[in-house]
Amino acid sequence: MAEHPPPALELRDASKSFGPVVALRRGTLVARSGSIHALVGENGAGKSTIVKIIAGLYRRDSGDYLLDGQPVDFSSTSEAKARGVAVIYQEPTLFPDLSVTENIFMGRHLLGKGRRIDRAAMYAEVERLFSGLGVHIDPRRPALGLSIADQQIVEIAKAISLDARVLIMDEPTAALSGVEVERLFTVARALRDEGRALVFISHRFDEVFALCDTVTVMRDGDYVDTMAIDETDPGEIVALMVGREVGDLFPKTPADVGDPVLRVEGLTSAGTFHDIDFEVRAGEIVALAGLVGAGRSEIARAVFGIDRYDAGTVTIGGAPVTAGSPRAAIRAGMALVPEDRRQQGLVTDSSIARNIASVIRRGLARTGVLTSAAEAGAAGPWASRLEVKTHALDMPAATMSGGNQQKVVIAKWLATEPVLLVIDEPTRGIDVGTKAEVHRLLSELAGQGLAILMISSELPEVLGMADRVLVVSEGRITDEISRADATAERVMRAATQSTGAHA
Amino acid sequence: MTRTYVSHSHPWWRRALVTREVGIIALLAAVFAYASVAVANFAGPLTVTFLLLDVAPILLIALPMALIIVTGEIDLSVASVVGLSSVLVGVLYQAGLPMAVAAVLALAAGGAAGAFNGYLVAYVGLPSLAVTIGSLALFRGLAVGLLGTTAVTSFPTGWTSVATGTIGDSRIPLVVLPFLVLLAVFTYLLHFSAFGRGIFDIGLNKEAARFSGVDVARTKLILFVLSGVVSAFAGIYFTLRFGSARGDNATGLELQVVAAVLLGGVSIFGGRGRLHGVVAGVLLIGVISSALRLEGVTVNIINIIIGLLLVASVVSPNVLAWASQQASRRHRRAHAAPTHEPTGAVHPQGR
Repeated sequence: MAEHPPPALELRDASKSFGPVVALRRGTLVARSGSIHALVGENGAGKSTIVKIIAGLYRRDSGDYLLDGQPVDFSSTSEAKARGVAVIYQEPTLFPDLSVTENIFMGRHLLGKGRRIDRAAMYAEVERLFSGLGVHIDPRRPALGLSIADQQIVEIAKAISLDARVLIMDEPTAALSGVEVERLFTVARALRDEGRALVFISHRFDEVFALCDTVTVMRDGDYVDTMAIDETDPGEIVALMVGREVGDLFPKTPADVGDPVLRVEGLTSAGTFHDIDFEVRAGEIVALAGLVGAGRSEIARAVFGIDRYDAGTVTIGGAPVTAGSPRAAIRAGMALVPEDRRQQGLVTDSSIARNIASVIRRGLARTGVLTSAAEAGAAGPWASRLEVKTHALDMPAATMSGGNQQKVVIAKWLATEPVLLVIDEPTRGIDVGTKAEVHRLLSELAGQGLAILMISSELPEVLGMADRVLVVSEGRITDEISRADATAERVMRAATQSTGAHA
Repeated sequence: MTRTYVSHSHPWWRRALVTREVGIIALLAAVFAYASVAVANFAGPLTVTFLLLDVAPILLIALPMALIIVTGEIDLSVASVVGLSSVLVGVLYQAGLPMAVAAVLALAAGGAAGAFNGYLVAYVGLPSLAVTIGSLALFRGLAVGLLGTTAVTSFPTGWTSVATGTIGDSRIPLVVLPFLVLLAVFTYLLHFSAFGRGIFDIGLNKEAARFSGVDVARTKLILFVLSGVVSAFAGIYFTLRFGSARGDNATGLELQVVAAVLLGGVSIFGGRGRLHGVVAGVLLIGVISSALRLEGVTVNIINIIIGLLLVASVVSPNVLAWASQQASRRHRRAHAAPTHEPTGAVHPQGR
């Protein structure tokens, strides 16, 4: 191998942490010129972190980063661009009011005589770039109104005009139709044949196998393996992606399953999710599994009345719940622990006591008068039950760790004594110890007859906690799996299955 | 297994005394004491009476304004509602309606004006700054259009004497009584009701408030309607006190109201503020301008001083935060060992 030139991109053992949260333990990715390299892994495997390190958005805490064998250390995206690294994101961020050409030459307009912007030369250059890519986009038209596929092409043209040697495409096909995917692949192959190195991130294995020649698998922020594509198959890759012992990490104890509590029928929100039917019974934990962006949180938001929906019904205990009203949902006995704790779950500048009492405070007023003492009195027992770690209840929630904040959000909703708990990413971004506490609590609550709808992107959590798994892919339920039949492979297969919505 | 918690991390006296509101109240007391000694006639029998008569409209309107600013919105149309209700009460009384009926209709018009603002802000989702700058011009235009440049100046003496009268033989004006009632109502609404907790939640994090079942739109609509009604009440008072209904009554008053509310410790970013601070803020502005006027200082200079005070009050929390940040950084630097980490070492990124 000594006669090989050094790889265009080489990242070895890169790590990145945010406070106590480790986003990337060991990121290794070696991409060679003239090759299309696939990077695959579950949600949270560390793919995005690797991309951000390569793009200069994050600075790695440790590890080596080499371009053409030269060590580099970028502290901004512009430094990375100057060294020939370009990232094409799933949803490009063009300036909508500027023309395609102005977007491509953003910040480095071609200048003619007297330092005047030479539009004619820029248009000619863009025409040349587009014909080289074999696409037809008018260089003079504004970026506004371009399809996502065309926007990606504009980004690619920009990267080529910057003479990018390494192109990273972060889930570029997620929002593309079949024809657009084909065109993108043609462009990608042309770039490969020009001797550039491409990194392709996708959840769709058919695409990975159709386009790429090498694949690197990540898991839990760790590098797993790199293989030539013709020496492996989708089954092996799935096994490597999820290949963890699930074991007894998540102690869901069996509970008596009772009557249906939540029933969702034909729930549809155009462009987001379609014909969603399911029910959750008392004492049961139902997991909505799937990839990030599959529409799971959107379903939860619609059920709880945060967002409106176009069709379908939501009933609790047989009674229909008014659409579009969180208040009606709360009155019906629903509770929602949302995905984004700091933005949706908590008023972080408000005290722990006020946060815990925030849904029940109407009932705490004595002869109409609500006092801080009444709030603290009601919040105390719930904080204690969840073992919230704080000294005083008037501390702002912002001062606590993620795990403690999550406990406060759960306490706030348990205080309403709900019949249905919807919990979105129950353990995202919280430490291992608190994670186990949350799992134990959910199991205990189900044992007491609470119906729980859990959204989770962590497969072990889904497999360990759920009595039933509903897999959502591209806004539709693609599989319903009982606890006994639930395996990582089966969930991943359903989650990456194309529903035909894009074909 | 069971943990117990204290309700508060600081003793009650510290929570009660170390607040911005107490700072404003102390400043008010100091300025009042200084003026009583140093300004001729300030300690005279009529000063307090006139001071309160003068600031009454600001005191009244500052109450709903404080609640609106706590939600993160603003109502700049209040002075125009004062003008509109003043004109309405004059025109309706002149047309032969009983004074009480004219007053009730003017209050209703104020509520409608507030509902107009509130609907556009809360349900259409427009920024209140833009909406109420627009309605500031709209309501003032209606007021001037209704009465032109003329004025209605004949009002029943029974009503005008109530507006300028004092309680019994004291020096306290009668208008203080409805103010105290409204102060109690708004204190209850903001500080002792679930509705008020919702107001703070909206100001601190609108999205989290919605996820907790707070009806954000309805809350804002109610506050804008209250602002309209209280402004109309202030307009009726204004008319009776000067015995004159004019289209240009109280022009520019909205800036004094906003200034007093911010001076009283309400955050312009929403989510913070207490009504006793707001009352102290209004009175502080009243005392300063009254004392300066007695000293023969012109209105322009008074406005400059109040303007400076306002800027200082908005800037000071930021300056204080910056200073304490610097102090804690110095503290940390003094305690951290001066190690030089090798390149590539782990840099924890605390957020």
